[in-house]
Amino acid sequence: MSDSLLSVRSLTARYGAAQILFGIDLDLRAGEVVALMGRNGAGKSTTLKAIMGLLDQRSGDITFRDADISHLRPYEIARLGLGFVPEDRRVFSDLTVLENLEVGRRPARKNADGRLVDPWTPERLFELFPNLAEARRRAAGRMSGGEQQMLTVARTLMGNPYAILLDEPSEGVAPVIVDAMADMILALRSSGVAILLSEQNLPFASLVAARAYILERGEIRYSGSIDELRGNEEIRRAYLEV
Amino acid sequence: MSAAGLLVQLLNGLADASSLFLLSAGLSLIFGVSRIVNFAHGSLYMLGAYVAYSILERIGGTPLGFWGSVLLAALAVGAIGAMIEIVVLRRIYRTPELFQLLATFAVSLIVKDAVLAIWGIEDLLGPRAPGLAGAISILGRRLPQYDAMLILIGVVVLAGLHLLLTRTRWGVLLRAATQDRDMVGALGVNQALLMTSVFCLGAFLAGLGGALQLPREPANAGIDITAIGDAFVVVVVGGLGSIPGAFLAAVLIAEIKALCIALGTIALPFGLTIAFPKFTLVAEFVVMAVVLVLRPWGLLGKPQAAAVSAGPPETPLAPAGRAQKWLASAVFVALLLLPLLAGGNSYAIVLAIDIFVGVLFATSLHFIMGPGGMHSFGHAAYFGLGAYASALLLKAAGLPMPVALLLSPLGGGLGALLFGWFCVRLSGVYLAMLTLAFGQIVWSIVLQWDDLTGGSNGIIGVWPSAWLASKTTYFYLALVVCAACVLAIRRILFSPFGFALRATRDSSLRSEAIGIDVRRIQWIAFIVAGAFCGLAGGLFAFSKGSISPETISVSRSIDGLVMVLLGGVQSLAGPVIGAASFLVLQDQVARDFEYWRAALGVLILILVLAFPGGLVGALRFRLRRA
Amino acid sequence: MTLLLVENLAKGFGGVCAVDNVSFRLEAGELLAMIGPNGAGKSTCFNMVNGQLRPDAGRVLLDGKNIVGLPPHDIWRMGVGRTFQIAATFGSMTAVENVQMALISREGLLYRMWRRADRHAREEAMSLLERVGMADQAERPCGILAYGDVKRIELAIALANRPKVLLMDEPTAGMAPKERIALMALTRDLAHENGIGVLFTEHSMDVVFGYADKLIVLARGKMIAEGDRDSVRDNPRVREVYFGAGKTAGLHA
Repeated sequence: MSDSLLSVRSLTARYGAAQILFGIDLDLRAGEVVALMGRNGAGKSTTLKAIMGLLDQRSGDITFRDADISHLRPYEIARLGLGFVPEDRRVFSDLTVLENLEVGRRPARKNADGRLVDPWTPERLFELFPNLAEARRRAAGRMSGGEQQMLTVARTLMGNPYAILLDEPSEGVAPVIVDAMADMILALRSSGVAILLSEQNLPFASLVAARAYILERGEIRYSGSIDELRGNEEIRRAYLEV
Repeated sequence: MSAAGLLVQLLNGLADASSLFLLSAGLSLIFGVSRIVNFAHGSLYMLGAYVAYSILERIGGTPLGFWGSVLLAALAVGAIGAMIEIVVLRRIYRTPELFQLLATFAVSLIVKDAVLAIWGIEDLLGPRAPGLAGAISILGRRLPQYDAMLILIGVVVLAGLHLLLTRTRWGVLLRAATQDRDMVGALGVNQALLMTSVFCLGAFLAGLGGALQLPREPANAGIDITAIGDAFVVVVVGGLGSIPGAFLAAVLIAEIKALCIALGTIALPFGLTIAFPKFTLVAEFVVMAVVLVLRPWGLLGKPQAAAVSAGPPETPLAPAGRAQKWLASAVFVALLLLPLLAGGNSYAIVLAIDIFVGVLFATSLHFIMGPGGMHSFGHAAYFGLGAYASALLLKAAGLPMPVALLLSPLGGGLGALLFGWFCVRLSGVYLAMLTLAFGQIVWSIVLQWDDLTGGSNGIIGVWPSAWLASKTTYFYLALVVCAACVLAIRRILFSPFGFALRATRDSSLRSEAIGIDVRRIQWIAFIVAGAFCGLAGGLFAFSKGSISPETISVSRSIDGLVMVLLGGVQSLAGPVIGAASFLVLQDQVARDFEYWRAALGVLILILVLAFPGGLVGALRFRLRRA
Repeated sequence: MTLLLVENLAKGFGGVCAVDNVSFRLEAGELLAMIGPNGAGKSTCFNMVNGQLRPDAGRVLLDGKNIVGLPPHDIWRMGVGRTFQIAATFGSMTAVENVQMALISREGLLYRMWRRADRHAREEAMSLLERVGMADQAERPCGILAYGDVKRIELAIALANRPKVLLMDEPTAGMAPKERIALMALTRDLAHENGIGVLFTEHSMDVVFGYADKLIVLARGKMIAEGDRDSVRDNPRVREVYFGAGKTAGLHA
């Protein structure tokens, strides 16, 4: 067994005639937070969606917990324990908070040693996201943008995932919510969930992630520790700032 | 009329509402999750009636047998619905909504021919429900026990659906999928299974509605279209995707119809009389019109999010190049020579006139559908109005034939003026459903207004003036008129108005934000298309010598859509090429094939599944690759 | 006279107050940023100023005239241009045709059905494209342009009517940092040259603090602060509901 929870090799993806990804390799180990960085249009979201099976036109080898998932459909991938949090707060706005959580609910999972892991329940999640507790019977569409962002994460956690693909949690939300997202990611990491995060905001990424990949025009251009990245102005200037 | 009589009439209305509700609730459910307006829903209703008939014949003698048969029929239809989802719809969830409507329409064509093949053309009336053949006495009036049972079933199904949607995990998943299907999938829910189960339930409800109606109304092969027309009106009035809305609207419409019948013919002063029963159709129209003006998304509906346009954006319009102009001129000259080559009275000339009429019909439809982005499923209404206008002007008003023909655009244009005003308040599938409902209403009025339109017999003796009477002369008239109109429509598309029309389609938000009155532009486009279409209808009437309500039928509207799609909706030459190839093909197939409707259905399915860009699109794709 | 005066604007949706008693003024040549958490009511405010939504209460005065209740296409004619959070252009037209469309509308020629539209006012359209730096892409369809370029086309369209007020909803969302700076610098120049008042919403703080002359802050539909950059930056209430501790926003960087 490799030490990699999620391993991606030679991933390509296209939208219609346009090829977006050109052979991505990346790894996510159990319990770590990794940032996938790069400019707009570099292919970050596309990478996450391709891993999740949300794009029809993809190829390459994707392994999750030693199972080949490169030909599975999204719901099958989710059932194996890989969660996905979309970037644009796609809550089910007519459903209440509790109903949103119900959609994400999956049975509890077993550890490597065969014991049942304590599953996520709405009550456990409300401890992590106190705002949601107050709104549990409110329609999700009536909540603020930040609360909706939190709900999309909580909803995915209801599936008891081993790892989460988190798409641009800091994009388009108030700075105060960005801070809260960072705290939440750190809390999840300490509970053992691995996170692959697409992100443009370097201060945010360096607060939560230890390693980073940089994407540029559908290819990985950098892979290494985030501290090294912070120190390396040349790379930063070449791939993150414009 | 007495209070008791009125009460019974209203209860009767409620019984009608019940099966209307079952039908519409299924349509609404299916739309909610799949975003597909299931045109074949009326066919499922029809199948429910026919299948129930066959089962009832065998085991319907006892109460248990009767209700068992009804349930079995509904279950069978549910299974057929699931099969349709698996075989056809699953492949088209991501295609533009127009194609989805057409694909389900194709299914309805195939079902219709299957029904005719299995059960024949005779009306089949089911047996009465054993044990419920009597009547309940209400204030001295009699209400059939079966009607009371229907009312009860309607309410029970409404309550059951409500519980199912709010209290079960399946219901929560279904409501979630209604909002964001892909997200539900990414959360570990097997969407395919969910969709199939929804289709199965929706079809079950439609089948149940059809089976329950059998003891009250005979089954015939025409109830699919009537049913879908009614269901569209109910769903538009109630709000697409809302089950309580469907119930409310079904009750409202059925009660207003019941009221019209209850009022009967009333004598007014000065010897005038009003026959209210004749107004049932108009009443339906008025209800729909009022609701749409006050609440464009129906009584309990919600505004629809703007449809995410599927596929790449269209390429900018380019004026015809030198080669295209030469080609068009060459075709025109060849057509001028056709009578000399084929002989003046040959079959080819007759077919060619049909093709010219079809080309103008399809081009006018393409105008609002392609550049306008408004999918009309009732374009035959304007065709029919043009045809009837010129026929009536000739026969009833005694105008000379050329004048009657020249005024035919007025018929189509005025119809579009009225209907368009409502249609442009809606968009997407709502608009498509509304156009279909308007088409049905025009058809019914023409059919029922015996005194003016000759009812189902139509109007005969609509011949051109003597100097135009020979087939060859009429051929040249049709050719010149159609060519001039097609060129004029093309010209309009390159004019400021044509640009504005495309602007409203591309982004109504941006259009409003630069001073374009979106509704007015679309309304005028409707009128322009209606006028050209009316002229096509006028040409048609004089080429045939007679017209009948068939001129306005839904199948003609659909023929138009198939012509446009066959040619490719993104291409200006599309409707011309599409109409010509469709009519030649139809001529070849329909002449000696009994099941041409089913064949057309299969053709549409192939078109939608394999060539979504139409013939011109496929051709262009080839050329680009080569 | 104040160019745009908004007084006591209010709007509720199904019992929830989206915008509650919001008032502000915008002068010619000024850039006013409206900031606040998502769902604070910024877009609702915008949609009421340009006529997409009808307020429950309050007035919007443009040059002293109340424009509440007019449809968007009329408000545009009075001189209010708009760009959208997700850029909205006509994808089936070329860049220059997009601008020509706006010029045709300005001159009230929308209902002409004969003359060729693509020959109308080409020079003026080209010069507007020139102004936003898009002249070299004039013949490309908007549907295939890069997103940052589409935003520029939107700006050119908005300028076609010589607007007095420009409403820009998250003008730099989805753009790279350097593009953001360039677009906002261009907007500021245009505003100063032509005396246009610009009202914009934005989440990226470098844009807000780099280009806004004044700020107003909304939270849950209410205005909680207004003033120049420094006073808003140091406002404790704004720190609490919007900036937070500023760990990640780079406010103190």
